[in-house]
Amino acid sequence: MTTVAPRGRAARAQGPGGAPTRGRARGWRIDRRYLPVVGTLVVLALILVVGGARYDNFLSVGVLANLFINNSFLIVLAVGMTFVILTGGIDLSVGAVLALSSVTAAYLLNAGLPAGVVVPLVVLIGSVIGLLIGAMVHVFEVQPFIATLAGMFFARGLCFLIAPESIPITDETFVALAGWDTWVAGQWRVTSSVVIALVVVAVAFYLLHYTQFGRTVYAIGGGEASARLMGLPVTRTKVLVYVISGTCAGLGGLLFAMFSRSGYSLTGVAMELDAIAAVVIGGTILTGGTGFVLGSVLGALVLGLIQTIITFEGTLSSWWTKIVIGGLLLVFVVLQRLLAVRRT
Amino acid sequence: MSSRTDRAAPVVEMYGITVERGGVRVLDDVDLTLHPGEVHAIMGENGAGKSTLIGALTGTVPIVSGDVLVDGAARTPTSVAQSRAEGIATVFQESHLSPHLTVAENVMIGHEVRRWFGIDWAANRERASAALATLGIEDVDPRTPLAALSPATKQLVAVARAIVLEPRVLVLDEPTSSLDAAEAARLLGVVRRLRDQGVAVLFVSHFLEQVFEVSDRMTVLRGGRVVAEYRTAEVERAELISKMIGEDIDALQALHSQRLAHHYAGSGEATLRATSIGRRGSLEPTDVDLARGEVVGFAGLRGSGRTELARLMSGVERADRGELWLDGARVQLRSPGAALRYRIAMSSENVREDGIVAGLTVRENIVLALQALRGWSRPLSRGEQDAVVDTYLDALHLSRDDLDRPAGELSGGTQQKVLVARLLATRPHVLILDEPTRGIDIAAKLDIQRRVARLAGEGVAVVFISSQLEEVVRLSDRIVVLKDREKIGELSNGPGVTVDTIVEMIAADLDELAPGDDDGAGAADGAGGRDVT
Repeated sequence: MTTVAPRGRAARAQGPGGAPTRGRARGWRIDRRYLPVVGTLVVLALILVVGGARYDNFLSVGVLANLFINNSFLIVLAVGMTFVILTGGIDLSVGAVLALSSVTAAYLLNAGLPAGVVVPLVVLIGSVIGLLIGAMVHVFEVQPFIATLAGMFFARGLCFLIAPESIPITDETFVALAGWDTWVAGQWRVTSSVVIALVVVAVAFYLLHYTQFGRTVYAIGGGEASARLMGLPVTRTKVLVYVISGTCAGLGGLLFAMFSRSGYSLTGVAMELDAIAAVVIGGTILTGGTGFVLGSVLGALVLGLIQTIITFEGTLSSWWTKIVIGGLLLVFVVLQRLLAVRRT
Repeated sequence: MSSRTDRAAPVVEMYGITVERGGVRVLDDVDLTLHPGEVHAIMGENGAGKSTLIGALTGTVPIVSGDVLVDGAARTPTSVAQSRAEGIATVFQESHLSPHLTVAENVMIGHEVRRWFGIDWAANRERASAALATLGIEDVDPRTPLAALSPATKQLVAVARAIVLEPRVLVLDEPTSSLDAAEAARLLGVVRRLRDQGVAVLFVSHFLEQVFEVSDRMTVLRGGRVVAEYRTAEVERAELISKMIGEDIDALQALHSQRLAHHYAGSGEATLRATSIGRRGSLEPTDVDLARGEVVGFAGLRGSGRTELARLMSGVERADRGELWLDGARVQLRSPGAALRYRIAMSSENVREDGIVAGLTVRENIVLALQALRGWSRPLSRGEQDAVVDTYLDALHLSRDDLDRPAGELSGGTQQKVLVARLLATRPHVLILDEPTRGIDIAAKLDIQRRVARLAGEGVAVVFISSQLEEVVRLSDRIVVLKDREKIGELSNGPGVTVDTIVEMIAADLDELAPGDDDGAGAADGAGGRDVT
């Protein structure tokens, strides 16, 4: 799984005078920017191998297909989060926005509104909250951490205002949409939520690599002042990344409602942290500027696989998931640090 | 478009431009007219308002009053994007590229070639390569991340970004500051060609020779006002310089003769002695002695090892061979902090990156090293800080108003002064100055040179490193000549020693090597390798 866009061959480009005495004639041909993603891929493969060796049926098509189905909303959140983190920001509101979106969906469907209205509406809720956060970050120059923290409390509070207890979803159209699935290659089950998640990934990839907006996201992460001096639309881009992240959270809420067939105000607590973990494990650096959306997808899958392993183990507490994720995060951050140090 | 007549209608006119920053007028009633097919230089010392004027034209600095006309039509510059759209491309003094993007992207972002599916990367790389080739760095792979390039190549990439749009007005603010002679010459060639094609060029540089070589007209700024305007062909250098610094140019000569008069013979008693000091891959084993009251110049080309030697002697980098002796006792410098405790201080050549903490005020920057020396558990009181800061205010011509401003807001020359003040506050016995005068104007240079001379008079052992050999010759009692990461000799300065003496020494050494030996910093930089220093 390599990216198509600006493919580089840094090793070759060092040229004849590139200070050979410092022993930089290392053998790898992979662009150094892809190394963290390759690392994630290796971890993913390792987990698959270990799981496959320990448990029967672990490497079955069904388990892998379920990996995508169960983590579709996390993938969507991680995609949105990637945009924000690439600019050097952070979005803590996505878990709460996801909950707000799913609770609203359940509430409105229960109230009898048609799914055709509710589905776009709940996604839009995410966009609007993202826009508000973006405006706060830009106009009032609030730290993204604080602005999105405020957004998180705001959205979570609204959830309880709408419905403190779980609302089951019975709307026929919605249930039909959630239940739609197809079988790829005969055995690989693909649900509507997986299709939506993959479309989101594809759109994000396109935006980041083939549009000026996407490249501006990277440029801002490399240095906001520089991006301004390059004449890039920094303001618009910075607001837009929060809109995208909010929209992804709204969409994630929809997927979660489809997944659970209900809306509950306590869903998605701390899910923003899972999304951030997925992005970081996927090789995106928290200070911004480097990383790939496909890395974040891999990161989300790693988190999902760890969960699967612990389920297969049976006797282990599910909190082991958190411990393993914590350890992985540490390893990846240190790895990135080493790469950054070597670069300078 | 416009045929090159003798004086085509102006493309940019600026009248009565006034800019204020923090209540201080940094530009006062400045007029500037740019004609197609002309290179117009803005001259002036640091803080004269050159970069601010460029900011006013490109919309990065708000104008208090004044008019800007493009093609005779009034407009208000609001952003770099807008000025680009009007055909004004700018290479700013500070780096304005994105380290994580590739070279091609840095050249093309904001005006990418797009097709129905979005950005056409192949086409963008092609256009970027063409622009790089004009600047003589066609061997840089446009897919390289910018961060992997040397400062010189980055600067050329910034120029490529400006010329790739085929602008009508090209603004270059210190475009040659990190370039070597060959690279600069090539860039000036490109500037001349663009001028002949009818581009109006605004050129700012501290290198007088380059300005005389390339410009047609010049405007001299001092303290935010226009003090003179010349046709380059008609101006005397001495007159220009005295206009720029507004004081007597003879001071330079006076300083030189002063140094010669007090020339230090060398007692033979070294305070800091390095024996066979070296580090694999950066410096061959080298012996150097520094004596109190002596200025020792390190002379050599870029990449000759002069910076490496300074870094090893000041603990910035750890030597992996050789020994350091301070007043007869062996010392091990594990860090710059350890060196400071032995009263050995070094200022880096890279002020913005390695020296100044942009977010702290000038006052905090000055007391930083002293505070570190005392330990953070015993903070300097405000009174003590003031006492320290006051000592250096006058000496370094820092204004009291500047004290509580963030150091990042100051001009490069002033930052350099702040850095020197920080080191002096620790009352060093050995002071190592790596390129303390790079990129700053004549008046500030003179100031720092005077300061160095006075320090030596007070008994400090000073190491002075500069790529401008005349400075080294003017100031040093003794000159250590380096070449290819090795010390090749030592000169006792005197009436017979000139820049040519050093150049001949370096050149002679070159002849002894096998011809065609692939040294040459220029080639390395051009290929996008790391800067050797």
